[in-house]
Amino acid sequence: MRSMLGDKRAIAVFVGPALLVYTLVMIVPIVWSLGYTFFDGSVIGGFTYTGLDNYRQLLDDQAFWDSTWFTVKYGAAVTIGQVGFGLLLALLYTFYLKRASALVRTLAFFPVVLPTVAVAAMFTKLFAVAPQPGLVNSIASMLGLSGDRDWFADSGSAFIVLVLMDVWRSMGFYAVLLYAGLVDIPDDIVEGARLDGAQGWRLVRHIILPMLTPILLSSVIFSINGTLKVFDSIMALTGGGPGDTTSPLTLYMYKTAFSFGDYGYGSTIAMQLTLLSLLVTLMIFRYSRKDQNR
Amino acid sequence: MKLRSVAIAAAAMLALAACSSGTDDPAAATGPLEVKYYSVQQPTEGWPLVFGKLTDDYAKTKPGTTLKVEVAPQADLDQKLQLLASQNNLPTIFNAPNSNELLQQMYDAGQILDLEATLKDLGVFDKLNPAAVELVKKTQGGKLLGLPLELNIEGIWYNKKLFADNGITAPTTWDQLSAAAAALQAKGVQPFAASGQQGWPLTRLIGNHLFRTVGPNALADIKDGKAKLTDPQYVAAAQAVADLGTKGYFGKGVGSLDYATAQDLFLQGKAAMFYMGSWAVRDFGNPQTNKIGADNIGFLPFPTVAGGAGTADQTPMNAGLTTVVSKKAYNAEVGAWLKYIVTNYGDRALAEIGLVSGFTANPPADAGALTKGVVAQIGATKQPLLWFEAQFTTKATDTATKNVTRLVTGDMSPADYMSTLQKAIDQG
Repeated sequence: MRSMLGDKRAIAVFVGPALLVYTLVMIVPIVWSLGYTFFDGSVIGGFTYTGLDNYRQLLDDQAFWDSTWFTVKYGAAVTIGQVGFGLLLALLYTFYLKRASALVRTLAFFPVVLPTVAVAAMFTKLFAVAPQPGLVNSIASMLGLSGDRDWFADSGSAFIVLVLMDVWRSMGFYAVLLYAGLVDIPDDIVEGARLDGAQGWRLVRHIILPMLTPILLSSVIFSINGTLKVFDSIMALTGGGPGDTTSPLTLYMYKTAFSFGDYGYGSTIAMQLTLLSLLVTLMIFRYSRKDQNR
Repeated sequence: MKLRSVAIAAAAMLALAACSSGTDDPAAATGPLEVKYYSVQQPTEGWPLVFGKLTDDYAKTKPGTTLKVEVAPQADLDQKLQLLASQNNLPTIFNAPNSNELLQQMYDAGQILDLEATLKDLGVFDKLNPAAVELVKKTQGGKLLGLPLELNIEGIWYNKKLFADNGITAPTTWDQLSAAAAALQAKGVQPFAASGQQGWPLTRLIGNHLFRTVGPNALADIKDGKAKLTDPQYVAAAQAVADLGTKGYFGKGVGSLDYATAQDLFLQGKAAMFYMGSWAVRDFGNPQTNKIGADNIGFLPFPTVAGGAGTADQTPMNAGLTTVVSKKAYNAEVGAWLKYIVTNYGDRALAEIGLVSGFTANPPADAGALTKGVVAQIGATKQPLLWFEAQFTTKATDTATKNVTRLVTGDMSPADYMSTLQKAIDQG
């Protein structure tokens, strides 16, 4: 085996294809896009070199900062919701429902396999006010509240609906992920802790969570990187509206590059999103390393 | 040895993959003409339908001539065209991009024809209605790049029965319009149906209000920098439309209403008025969708505003999404086909689907009253007006249509709306 792996040609054959594919689909586009950030123009009219103009424009662009803030806000809210509710569901499966959890697990996982656009269409109807009031407004009026709230008319309530939808859509996924982690915790440890008098919250806080940290951490990384790059659910639910108040960086980038035909500036925005994702991932990794050293 | 052969095989496969994206050259094609039409409309409707029928007739003298329609959703059109243009693979004819900047770039890059010269060469330029030509030129940088396959007027369509039942006469001034809306609202009838999801049915109201107060050059002045949208009379127009919204005249949830639902509200008698272009007459004539009856729909030219410079015989008009011809795909054969199409399009579009176009035509005797009304209104128009965003950049257009729902729900003040928009225009 060692002689096989000592052979540089053998390594090249094993690693080569994957490396080639990775380079072609990841590295080349990123470098290409980085190149675009120094240019202005379009595929048809041709490109002209503008140096750092795009970056200068970025600093003064209120819409960019608004989108960045929205992206961070949304990423934080949805990640907490997805992983938090995922964890609660997982605890429910292991400690309350136990062997009977299969049905609930399936039901909670169900939204994960639905197409985003279908889910968004459903939420649009749920929170609709015209031409007919949706379920939420109907219930509100049954409870004696104002039943004609237009949930998509102001940025605050549109944000709430967006977060609700994305948490509902993917908490089942994180629940299954964390459930797998919980099942892996040896029974004798939990049993021992119980004998020592750890119950309820203390059991979770001091035994379950520390044992679950690696899986929890991967869940958070999965979730935050997914939510920072959110596109489809917002595009389908609010289209970034009202105005541009629910427009994340991805949507702003897409519109700039593909609707307004400004590839240079669009790439510049995309680059900031890449940096943001990198930064967040690095932060989480650093935290996790510290945690493991402890 | 084995390793090397694997490597060679892999390299060969990559090379094959790289070669397979080659495109066939239309110039080398022989045999009968196949016209490719890249359109946002289905082959069973609108322009492609008329083109298809005309091509079938043309094939009687030039056997084998066919029209192949490929459909692109309008939202994806610009991207697809950019892609095809960069591959030098544009179809024979296609819908002009939504973005005027892109259209100009394509023209400057020599990818589309100047149709004024082409049609004059073919001797059929007089088949176009001069007013339509003027209108298209105004929006296409002074050149006729696209065929005006439809010619629409815009205004307020109203439900005659709802007006009569509530004792309202057709308003001719903005004040009368507001009063009529208030009276309808008081009787529990939603005054207007409008799609905030589209945005433009609302921004058109601002634009038209400006044309009536400041005059027909209101928006050309913005483009030329002679006026700013933040000037008091411009903000006043945004205020007037915002007032209609905050009083609830557009109904609940206007921001998320889509085009079809807004139209349904009007055609099911749930809303009394509907600002729209005359292309909607096709839907008005369909008893499946129109539950209030075509005879029950009347047309109001956009009302005048007291003390304003604009008059009611200045009508908002547009040629819809025009269709352009690829310069590369154009040759004598395509020219002969195009000549046939241009010669016969006007009458055929009217006869086949009641579509009023920018081509000279005589309405058939059995045309509907609404269609005849549109033709008459076009004839009576002294001066065509463009729409609010006609001379804006794509980005400013997006800003205008996306934020207008915030304007009418009171989430954004008229001054903020206009200054945000002016900023987008200034950015170019």
